[in-house]
Amino acid sequence: MNSNIPQSTSAEITGTLQLARQRIKKRKALDRLLFLSGLGALAIAVSVLIILIGSLVATGHSAFIQTYITLDLDISERYVKREDPFKGQYRNIINEALLQQFPGVTERSAQRQLFSLPSPAAQYMLRDHIASNPKLIGNTIRFAIPVSDPYDQLNKGLVLRETEEQNRRLKQQQINWFDTLDHRGLISNKFNWNLLTNPDSRFPEVAGLAGAIMGSLYTLLICFAVSFPVGIGAAIHLELFAPKNRFTDLIEININNLAAVPSIVFGLLALAVFLNSFGMPRSTPLVGGLTLALMTLPTIIIATRSALKSVPTSIHDAALALGASRQQAVFHHILPAAMPGILTGAIIGMAQALGETAPLLLIGMNAFLAAVPNTPIDASTTLPTQIFLWADSPERGFISRTCAAILVLLGLLVSMNAIAIFLRQKLEKQH
Amino acid sequence: MFTLANTPATLFKDLPQSGLAASHAIFSDGNPEQTASIPEHGVMPASNPRIMASRVNVFYGRKQALHEVSIALGKQELVAFIGPSGCGKSTFLRTLNRMNDTIDGCSVTGKIELDGIDIYSPQMDVIELRSRVGMVFQKPNPFPKSIYDNVAYGPRIHGMARSKSELDIIVESALTQAGLWNEVKDRLGHPALGLSGGQQQRLCIARAIAVRPEVILMDEPCSALDPIATATIESLLLELKQEFTIVVVTHSMQQAARISDRTAFFHMGKLIESGWTRSFFDNPGHPLTQQYLGGKFG
Amino acid sequence: MVIALLLLISLLSLVGYLTNVQAARLMRQREIRPRGMDRTYGLHALLTIALPGITIMCLWLLLGSTVVQWLVFSSLTENEISQASHAELSIIKAEILALSEGRIFGDPQQYKIVAANRLNELQAMGDILVTVCIVVIGMLALVLSRRKVATGFTARPHVESIIQKMMMLCSLLAVVTTLGIVLSLLFESLRFFAIVSPVDFLLGLNWEPQVAMREDQIASNGAFGWLPVLLGTLLITLLACLFAIPVGIATGIFLHEFAGKTTRAVIKPTLEILAGIPTVVYGFFAILVVSPAMREAARWIGIDASPNMALVAGLVMGIMLIPFISSFTDDALDAIPRNLRDGSLALGATRAETVIKVLFPAALPGIMGAVLLAVSRGIGETMIVVMAAGLLANLTFNPMDSVTTITVQIVTLLTGDTEFDNPRTLSAFALGLMLFLMTLFLNVLALGFVRKYREKYE
Repeated sequence: MNSNIPQSTSAEITGTLQLARQRIKKRKALDRLLFLSGLGALAIAVSVLIILIGSLVATGHSAFIQTYITLDLDISERYVKREDPFKGQYRNIINEALLQQFPGVTERSAQRQLFSLPSPAAQYMLRDHIASNPKLIGNTIRFAIPVSDPYDQLNKGLVLRETEEQNRRLKQQQINWFDTLDHRGLISNKFNWNLLTNPDSRFPEVAGLAGAIMGSLYTLLICFAVSFPVGIGAAIHLELFAPKNRFTDLIEININNLAAVPSIVFGLLALAVFLNSFGMPRSTPLVGGLTLALMTLPTIIIATRSALKSVPTSIHDAALALGASRQQAVFHHILPAAMPGILTGAIIGMAQALGETAPLLLIGMNAFLAAVPNTPIDASTTLPTQIFLWADSPERGFISRTCAAILVLLGLLVSMNAIAIFLRQKLEKQH
Repeated sequence: MFTLANTPATLFKDLPQSGLAASHAIFSDGNPEQTASIPEHGVMPASNPRIMASRVNVFYGRKQALHEVSIALGKQELVAFIGPSGCGKSTFLRTLNRMNDTIDGCSVTGKIELDGIDIYSPQMDVIELRSRVGMVFQKPNPFPKSIYDNVAYGPRIHGMARSKSELDIIVESALTQAGLWNEVKDRLGHPALGLSGGQQQRLCIARAIAVRPEVILMDEPCSALDPIATATIESLLLELKQEFTIVVVTHSMQQAARISDRTAFFHMGKLIESGWTRSFFDNPGHPLTQQYLGGKFG
Repeated sequence: MVIALLLLISLLSLVGYLTNVQAARLMRQREIRPRGMDRTYGLHALLTIALPGITIMCLWLLLGSTVVQWLVFSSLTENEISQASHAELSIIKAEILALSEGRIFGDPQQYKIVAANRLNELQAMGDILVTVCIVVIGMLALVLSRRKVATGFTARPHVESIIQKMMMLCSLLAVVTTLGIVLSLLFESLRFFAIVSPVDFLLGLNWEPQVAMREDQIASNGAFGWLPVLLGTLLITLLACLFAIPVGIATGIFLHEFAGKTTRAVIKPTLEILAGIPTVVYGFFAILVVSPAMREAARWIGIDASPNMALVAGLVMGIMLIPFISSFTDDALDAIPRNLRDGSLALGATRAETVIKVLFPAALPGIMGAVLLAVSRGIGETMIVVMAAGLLANLTFNPMDSVTTITVQIVTLLTGDTEFDNPRTLSAFALGLMLFLMTLFLNVLALGFVRKYREKYE
């Protein structure tokens, strides 16, 4: 029995126990607090994503529908000559058809208001249609033409009839006409394929992404064609052949650094070197692709190196032991084995390049172009720069179309990433 | 019996020929710890060896892994390298086909001659060397290609076949020699990785044979295989040694005793002793060899 | 032109390849065994034909027009030219160039038409010369390579040496790019600093990048002072970090410590999606949703806020940075060896205590590196601020004010007229140089942190 140890009274013991329990409670509360704050942060991130996608879909879905008006158009020889259907006065044909619907409109200013119903681009659509079917001249055809933006907004309920007249673009008279036409069954909603097949236009109702999509396609093609082989070549050299000296270290430092340089600096480089010194054509996918290639190069090099590193060395040794040279061992065995990983990295790099905007602005790929590029040396926009352009436009129609364009872009990015993930999973299954 | 003053008498207990003792003197530098024994019967590698290694040292950076190893390897024989782990037998094996070149910081001194030409000299192209001295590894490493493409790879890169039908013949004969032909002749296009472990190793042997080497080096070829596969490969080796020079590194003394004509014992980077297998195992000369064979250390 | 040349080179290379492969095969039949694979010989032909051809083609495409223009312009001796000022000279040159492309404005003078025609002539001559050169050299290479095959040489070492050099050139491209960036930024910035003194730029408090319209009008003093622009950048980045760092770190810790398999399976893709959204989308999101929402909120409190206040851009930039910081935190915590964590838990510490007192301090250098990299990204970010922040420089610390940033200015200065003699254009490069240096510094610092951290634990 050791009498040197102080004996606690039972009260003291209970007191200490109580204190201990309280302390544990506090510590557990801290635990819970950390958990909740983490959960809260997570909730913020998730809800932001939901709000983002939700608002895009909510605002953008209407751009996938376009309001059309179907009219009986008399392709009279007064306005169109058979010898040259291109030079016909199609505007007048359309206006006549409108007047047929509302014969009572005689006053000039009222007529002007009526004639603003169809899209100003409708006459060109009609022209193209007649020019490719000249037999229609002299007949009356039933043709659907898109209505102009204010009416489109009205039909979709984005502009409320209740709004006061001075706050609306449409006068009450115009709204009445529209409603009458609707009652006559001449107004229809169609899926807006134009969004994907038309080039850009000043008029939102016919503006499309065809030019931007082709521009992006060409740009990515050139970016891939340059960065993929060069990236693989550099990675093979650095990983498997380069001697371990300071020069190689310098190259590796450079690559890691380039990966973190702001994208706009690449735009400055392209402006000063490609456009100014080399005199390459401005606003073209060629220059855009080259610029993006320089930006994607570090990504591909790093991904390829890691893929090469993961190939087991036994294959390399087996090839060497059979008398293959080091290059033969690499190109016959290591590179093919690393290909899935390399492709994954390349797809991810291309997805990043697809979303790049800043450097392309500096080389001029944000000009308004009403045509689809035919070659990589025609001026064009890309999907993100087109979004930027549309975001600046004041017409309401462009707001929803910008959202729609963003959804198209996001759709493409998700598919590319899905392919990359699928490849990665196939890879992991092999090993 | 003719004896030299500074050679341990015990080493010559079983060597009746006097001439042999003289040859022995040429091969030993007088240091009683290092000897290269000469076989008393049959082919004398000393006169017409396929590979002649003289005073080979291997360094990994500053660390010395092999000390003054000298040995002769004859045509059409199977030599086993035995010894505890880390004794340098695999390192020495790899010097024979210059696979050590692939290791950073590894340097080799001494002379290794293949049919009279120093393999480390500029006259010898390392690619050609490796087509004459093949290697089979401890863990089977078939390429992730078809069975046919695995065996055909070597002949293809060396341009050995004039036509596809010639290549087919080469592949078939290599697979037959490796004892695999009947098992795979109907699925040559199937992936090699679909074969069992033992079959994969025989495929690797076929792959090495297809290049028609003179020497085949094997680094513990059966250690990753089950006993039945091991037995299959051992009987294969007994056949192959009638055509090739085979060097087998093994950690199993019993395997060495079963299949080899001569055995060499390595310890701590030195070649301690070598000799005809039967007499080697029945009557080892060197005390270290005796201890190892007696199971005193692993 | 380019396509024709490429087709030509491809054709020649293909012919060379097939010829050599066939020759090697024939020799093999006749027992003169060439060493190695037939296609290596084909590759030899292909490389010796294609490489010189493509090099010449690229050199001509890149430098040809510059050379031709120099030839034509330097031989102009008209009175107008010798007396023209620098600006007028460039207008005349531009006119001649336009004429040569068939665009005629008004009634050009005779000598300009002559010069334009000469330009086109020389260009056409050069094109033909280069084409002939490529064809001749290509065919020479074809014949020479074929003859070498007949001598029975070993093609492999030659081919491999060429391929080796090509791969080394590829790896040098990264260095060349960095050099290109540094040199072009420096060059144009130095031209800028010849017009506006560096002191005025670096210490000036007024940013009004006007350009003199008339010869005698001088840009007002201090109109190119970058400090308000720098401050705007820092303010928005600071706001972004204030939002992103706590949320990002908390998310990272949660993911690492508390998340179960299903939670991880939901959260990781969410964060990856957030990280993969292009910044132009974030920018539009800022104008579409965040800005109106913030203005409503401000109106509630009674403040009248401008549509492009710094808070909007900062908030959206913060959202963009969250996945970045979160994944770095997760990785940093992962890198800590298990036994540290197990030791703490075994002593009876709660998970929170383990994280806060043991893991977090251990992961701190790695997380510091992540924060620095996030700041670097924020400073270099363009699209969000171009769409959501303002255009006028404003020296303020108030997040409710509208400010402009370095990247916004670079974009606005370079959209439109980009004459390289203009101080406006050149000032963009000076800003670019500052931006590059700042992000370089931050990146090096961040990587230093991360490396030191990795060394500790690997």
